[in-house]
Amino acid sequence: MSKIIVLAEQSEGSVVKASLSAVTAARQLAEKVGGGFDIAVVGHQIGEVASALTGYGAERVYQVEDPSCEGYTAQAFAQAFHKAVEASGASFVISASTAKGKDCTPRVAARLDAGMASDVTGIEGDSSGLVYVRPMWAGNIIGRVKINTDVQVLTVRTTEFDAAVSTGGQSPIESIAAGIDASSLRMSYVSLDSVKSDRPALTDADAVISGGRGLKEGENFEKIIAPLADELNAAIGASRAVVDLGWVPNDWQVGQTGKVVAPDLYIAVGISGAIQHLAGMKGSKTIVAINKDPEAPIFQVADYGLVADLFDAVPQITAQLKDR
Amino acid sequence: MKILVTAKRVTDWDSKVVPTSDGTGIDFDNVDFKMNPFCEIAVEEAIRIADASDEDSEIVVVAIGDDEATQQVRQALAMGAHKGILIECEESELDSDYVAKLLVKVCEDEDIDLVLLGKQAVDGDSNQVGQLMAEYLGWPQATFAYKIKPNDGGDMEVQREVDGGVETVTLSLPAVITTDLRLNEPRYATLPNIMKAKRKPFETFEPDDLDIELGSPKVEVVGYSLPSERQAGQIVGSVQELMEKLSQEAKVI
Ligand SMILES: Cc1cc2nc3c(=O)[nH]c(=O)nc-3n(C[C@H](O)[C@H](O)[C@H](O)COP(=O)(O)OP(=O)(O)OC[C@H]3O[C@@H](n4cnc5c(N)ncnc54)[C@H](O)[C@@H]3O)c2cc1C
Ligand SMILES: Nc1ncnc2c1ncn2[C@@H]1O[C@H](COP(=O)(O)O)[C@@H](O)[C@H]1O
Repeated sequence: MSKIIVLAEQSEGSVVKASLSAVTAARQLAEKVGGGFDIAVVGHQIGEVASALTGYGAERVYQVEDPSCEGYTAQAFAQAFHKAVEASGASFVISASTAKGKDCTPRVAARLDAGMASDVTGIEGDSSGLVYVRPMWAGNIIGRVKINTDVQVLTVRTTEFDAAVSTGGQSPIESIAAGIDASSLRMSYVSLDSVKSDRPALTDADAVISGGRGLKEGENFEKIIAPLADELNAAIGASRAVVDLGWVPNDWQVGQTGKVVAPDLYIAVGISGAIQHLAGMKGSKTIVAINKDPEAPIFQVADYGLVADLFDAVPQITAQLKDR
Repeated sequence: MKILVTAKRVTDWDSKVVPTSDGTGIDFDNVDFKMNPFCEIAVEEAIRIADASDEDSEIVVVAIGDDEATQQVRQALAMGAHKGILIECEESELDSDYVAKLLVKVCEDEDIDLVLLGKQAVDGDSNQVGQLMAEYLGWPQATFAYKIKPNDGGDMEVQREVDGGVETVTLSLPAVITTDLRLNEPRYATLPNIMKAKRKPFETFEPDDLDIELGSPKVEVVGYSLPSERQAGQIVGSVQELMEKLSQEAKVI
């Protein structure tokens, strides 16, 4: 029997959806090794989030509070999560590969003297030998990884584990104080300059329209991409090239070093299809590429390729969708 | 201020690697090697911070790997780092934890105030070493740095690329910062600077010299394989045809 703990993320009083993918990974792992799982959530005055987490079949929800966890800092959150792992006695620790998950989880692993596998896409084997599957080299290589420590720490890719749905169970909540010595923290959270949008989140959307350097100018995201996204209720993504150019916010970048997405429909507009970009979208169900260069590598992964000038093709597609 | 940066030797991000036929490693024949792009950004940022600082600053650059990684250390020296260190070992013996522990040892021995690493190495894509070091050292951290602004009084204000926007944090030194893509554009080493770099101090250690014995990694890669490739689909002749396929075949619109 083994115990698993999910390190859940909350934002402004709600559970972050990516963490529900970590719950699914925990359930899968629990089936392999036997035993159950706990969930930990950290913050200041987070009773509501803790309650919301009681419906996922966890044996316990650890509500870890500390005034110094009001704003997120890796230093404080790692201590707080570590408290919960100790309380639960878990030998597997799972979080989602979000920005915070990537930032904080290795510090928890260090505190536990545990080995950690990042960005896990699959779990193989059973209690006699577990192997974690993870992409390496921008997804050119699939690595199979073994962790040799008593406690094993993972971050998981949300595209590979569906978000768990509430089963209406009633996990008991255990409140613990993180007991952080605020004077030992030498960092502080100042602010978040957030990109507000009415569109679905990039990592959640059923459809994603991404634009690349072929759009020629930043304002063409508004003129060409946005109307199409409106029709499909899609999120907007981008290649690194146009993020670097400052045309769109940083967190729109899809790829090896940006976000990984796997929507039902991914439309790449004016994107060449560098391996670093493919790493972030080739798990999408249906891929459409619109590019005027028939040799563009994006066509090698596209289900439907349209060799065309995007300035003609995209407005036509938008108009046809409008007419339906 | 004393700044530690790294120069990891990795396969060229622009070349495609494949596993060896037995799946126990990577076939490195006919593959070029370069400095990890995120390390280049870190080296560049260290030079800019040092240049902007009133005090005398020293930049120490470290690579952990085989003897060939000397080239990447030299490149960082040619860009403007002051002292190079190679910790010589087989890449296959390392995991993120060993790398972090070796670098922590260098931090202690060299009395480092600021560690600037890449957010990830583009071969293993682990994104762990900076965070592990920060915890082992008990230092604050700012990963995924987008902008770094040294404040009066020695604090660092760091803007970070996070989900949903850009986050600002302040850190007091000593601290660990890891770089994201937008932080800067690394300079090229000029020929005269490449020549000068050959005379800069360069030390080589073995892990043993730093009291760290390799041999029982926490994390081991036990197999390497190719991903299942997507089948290339079809080229459609017109927008009309695309719309028909998307609604009738793929049923996504
Ligand atoms: C360390 C590192 C990490 C990276 N991480 C990422 C990452 O996470 N995500 C990512 O995307 N990239 C990443 N990259 C960059 C990647 O290698 C490519 O440079 C980038 O993806 C190219 O962007 P692009 O396709 O928009 O531009 P380009 O390669 O310039 O392609 C533009 C395309 O537009 C087409 N085009 C031009 N005009 C038109 C028109 N009128 N109509 C139709 N098509 C047109 C062209 O044919 C061309 O194919 C990374 C690189 C490095 C070194
Ligand atoms: N072998 C190495 N030598 C020097 N620096 C390294 C090495 N491995 C990792 N690093 C540093 O740690 C960062 C994160 O690497 P990783 O956690 O392996 O993705 C890299 O960007 C480098 O700055």
